[in-house]
Amino acid sequence: MSAKKELTPNTPIERIYNGVAKENPVLVQMIGMCPLLAVTTSVSNGIGMGLTTMVVLVLSNILISLLRKVIPNSLRMPCYIGVIASFVTVTELSLKAYLPSLYEALGLYIPLIVVNCIIMGRAEAFAGKYPVVPAFFDGIGMGLGFTVGLVILGAVRELLGAGTLLGYHVLPASYQPINMFIMAPGAFFVLAIVIAIIQKRNAVKEEKAAAAAKKEREQILAATTGMAMSAGK
Amino acid sequence: MRELLIIAIGSALVNNVVLSQFLGICSFLGVSNTIDTAKGMSGAVIFVMTLASLVASIIYKFVLNPFGLDYLKTIVFILVIAALVQLVEMFMKKSMPAMYQALGIFLPLITTNCAVLGVAINNVQDSNSILASTVNGIATGLGYTLAMVLMAGLREKMEYNDIPKSFRGMPMVLLTAMLMSLAFFGFSGII
Repeated sequence: MSAKKELTPNTPIERIYNGVAKENPVLVQMIGMCPLLAVTTSVSNGIGMGLTTMVVLVLSNILISLLRKVIPNSLRMPCYIGVIASFVTVTELSLKAYLPSLYEALGLYIPLIVVNCIIMGRAEAFAGKYPVVPAFFDGIGMGLGFTVGLVILGAVRELLGAGTLLGYHVLPASYQPINMFIMAPGAFFVLAIVIAIIQKRNAVKEEKAAAAAKKEREQILAATTGMAMSAGK
Repeated sequence: MRELLIIAIGSALVNNVVLSQFLGICSFLGVSNTIDTAKGMSGAVIFVMTLASLVASIIYKFVLNPFGLDYLKTIVFILVIAALVQLVEMFMKKSMPAMYQALGIFLPLITTNCAVLGVAINNVQDSNSILASTVNGIATGLGYTLAMVLMAGLREKMEYNDIPKSFRGMPMVLLTAMLMSLAFFGFSGII
């Protein structure tokens, strides 16, 4: 149990696991909060925003990784911003053409993907240093992790605030929707509770690990004293 | 004049940039530890936001719109903001060293503050005039300052409270933000 298998770094599976669970951008690193709070009024908006961000993230990771030896170190920030802004514009225009309803729903938050700290952060921390294939899977992993966060928040808010999930009524008709959850205060509230639950889980885990370590120490101590006693005889 | 006043009150209180539009949340949660840092960050944001709104709307009106380059606005605006921040930084270093010392680390952070880009894009989408855009920039900056300083004050007090272990840190800050945003709902009847 304690000997958890360490995944080899930079393989596709490790990168995706890293993005979704270990270094989840919103739930663990707590970056990219603006879109997280703003667009999660429903699950479908959350999925739309998550996937849109993932597309931009993957494309910018690939290009930045390809250009990593060309971009001079002192100019890397403006270059990254240029690359990201171009991909955001491409994505924005594609959404406007092919998915106008999603474009309407996300509105201002699509151009604001440019300043999403997750994308800049991954460019700086990963894509600018590693080859294309790991950078590609890093983008997929981080994008999925972001989508997971958005979907969790969107699901809770939509369920409590409108009584629906993905537009289908799941709660009985007698349930009176609590409008506040769809409005601004609800976003802060749900995120606070989600993070508190994660902190609680981590604390419990740490306690268990500490208890296990203590037990192990005692066993070793008992074994060594036992040996010393038998040697002394 | 009346119109400008409505824009100003609307962006500072009713549609508060942080508490109801969720822009600039990263800095709102990140640097609201003490009133001093909150003031420093807010000062820098008001300054850059006003300038960025002005410059962005001028560029949009005289360059992007006449030449049919609307679709480039995201790229152009973010580069304008980045350049502006750099310029402000250099200017302050030279002529206002005290102010530069105070704002120091906050200035580069503003480039990635989504509130600044958000205001610039909002101005274009609402087709505000250049004057209205600038007023909107100042008012949004003031709204940001209000939320930021209030939050910092509350957080300084909260340091001494006995909070359940799981809620320490971020969850408590978010709950405080929730109560503040509920309170700001009270302004929604003004205009």
